[in-house]
Amino acid sequence: MQFALLIYESPEAFAARNSDGTDSYTGAWRAYHQALVESGAFVAGDPLEVPETGTTIRIQDGRRGVQDGPYADTKEQLGGFTILELPSLDAALEWAARCPAASSGAVEVRPIATQTKRRITG
Amino acid sequence: MSGSDEEKVHRTIERVARESYGRLVAYLSVNTHDLAAAEDALSEALLKSLTAWPRDGVPQNPEAWLLTTARHAVVDAVRHQRVVSANEPTLQLLQENTMASNFSTEFPDERLKLLFVCAHPAIDPAMHTPLMLQTVLGLDAVRIAGVFLISPKTMGQRLVRAKTKIRDGGIQFQIPEPRDLPQRLDAVLDAIYAAFGIGWDDLVGVDGRSRELAEEAIWLARVLLQLMPNEAEVSGLLALMLHCEARRDARRGRDGRYIPLSEQDPRLWSLPLIEDAERHLADASKFGRPGRFQLEAAIQSVHAERGRSGQIEWAAIVGFYEQLNRVSPTLGRRTGYAAALAEASRAEQGLAVLDAIDTDAVSAYQPYWAVRAHLLHRLGKGPEARHAYDRAIGLAQDPAVKEFLIQKRG
Repeated sequence: MQFALLIYESPEAFAARNSDGTDSYTGAWRAYHQALVESGAFVAGDPLEVPETGTTIRIQDGRRGVQDGPYADTKEQLGGFTILELPSLDAALEWAARCPAASSGAVEVRPIATQTKRRITG
Repeated sequence: MSGSDEEKVHRTIERVARESYGRLVAYLSVNTHDLAAAEDALSEALLKSLTAWPRDGVPQNPEAWLLTTARHAVVDAVRHQRVVSANEPTLQLLQENTMASNFSTEFPDERLKLLFVCAHPAIDPAMHTPLMLQTVLGLDAVRIAGVFLISPKTMGQRLVRAKTKIRDGGIQFQIPEPRDLPQRLDAVLDAIYAAFGIGWDDLVGVDGRSRELAEEAIWLARVLLQLMPNEAEVSGLLALMLHCEARRDARRGRDGRYIPLSEQDPRLWSLPLIEDAERHLADASKFGRPGRFQLEAAIQSVHAERGRSGQIEWAAIVGFYEQLNRVSPTLGRRTGYAAALAEASRAEQGLAVLDAIDTDAVSAYQPYWAVRAHLLHRLGKGPEARHAYDRAIGLAQDPAVKEFLIQKRG
């Protein structure tokens, strides 16, 4: 089964992106990524640029609305995602708990919608 | 009634609920096998006590009051369902019991049967601990779910499914026959230990499941010991948990930093808990039936001895691990053995033990990588050590443990 880990990060975590990579948050991420890859669970994933770089588009009544910034106005913001191949939700929750963002922000675990995907991609 | 009096009554209700919950659920379900109905009836009784006791005063025997009220609730519920299930014998039985309770406030303690039901082989082993926590201690599904890293909804569904199986699956509420007892008792002990949160305290920089329920687990073990005073492994388990619990305040620095066992300040260990642990371990040894929990407790006892002697007798720990691995080898025990062997003799020997473990088995096992990193570091194998540290950090859940390992990795 495939699961997406949607990683929500705190402003402090986003700020750590400006460091030279020797801070402990980035170090924890490097270790986490390596553990994921070497356990064979990692399928795909990437960090996203900071929320302020987001632009949100909505078309309502034929009019295009463009909003500067991310979709949701919350303290913790989507900072990245990881797709994992695992036998069960329990295993996915274990990996989510190990994610460095879990102790400062939040990690949402969502199964990949395989049936819907098949209907769409044929 | 004044505000402080009311508060006193509420505290009494809380205390009675905590102390009597399991006894009442066990007694209410021992004949019906219906745990969910017993729990519902007891919650109703507790709810009623919240209005009745502040109004009428706390009854002379609060437990008997709760039992009688809960029984009425069960009878009402069964009457309600009669059209559907026509559960005549149950109804009759309950009514008889209700009559009897008016004359006696004494009722037998059926919690031991309940513990054996919760850890019955027909029930999914992953549900043994959650069932015990809910039926014997009255913890709610949300709290249990958090500790076991499962969504509250899923945990609730799994608990309901397990209780349905207990009710309809013909699982007997009884103490197992002597020939089945060792195996069945093992399952009960495992479930209690799982609530404690397995933490390999004596390894370097490792973390286990949350210790949030440590006190509850110790309480369960004390109940079990009271009910089975002649089982050495029950005392062994209690001794093991008390030794680990004694170190609660020494495990973190003032700044929240993680401190591994060998670097903890023994003055921060709880002496009364250590003494209690030693007493139970001594009691266990009188039976001359060593087992895995007694051996684990003996290892912790050697560590506790450092408080007196200032040093760790690693050779003794190696000896206990060797016995443990003969009785029941697990990934954790083999890893613990490797760590102890490295301390008792040479790091190479510890590493050789780790090398012999199947790599697939350890791909997501954090303690293995933490110990491996430590040993490689000691052997001066920098790049390999860093790689192992990274694996250990990536697999750790506790932020303090992550930070500790990041510092070690350098």
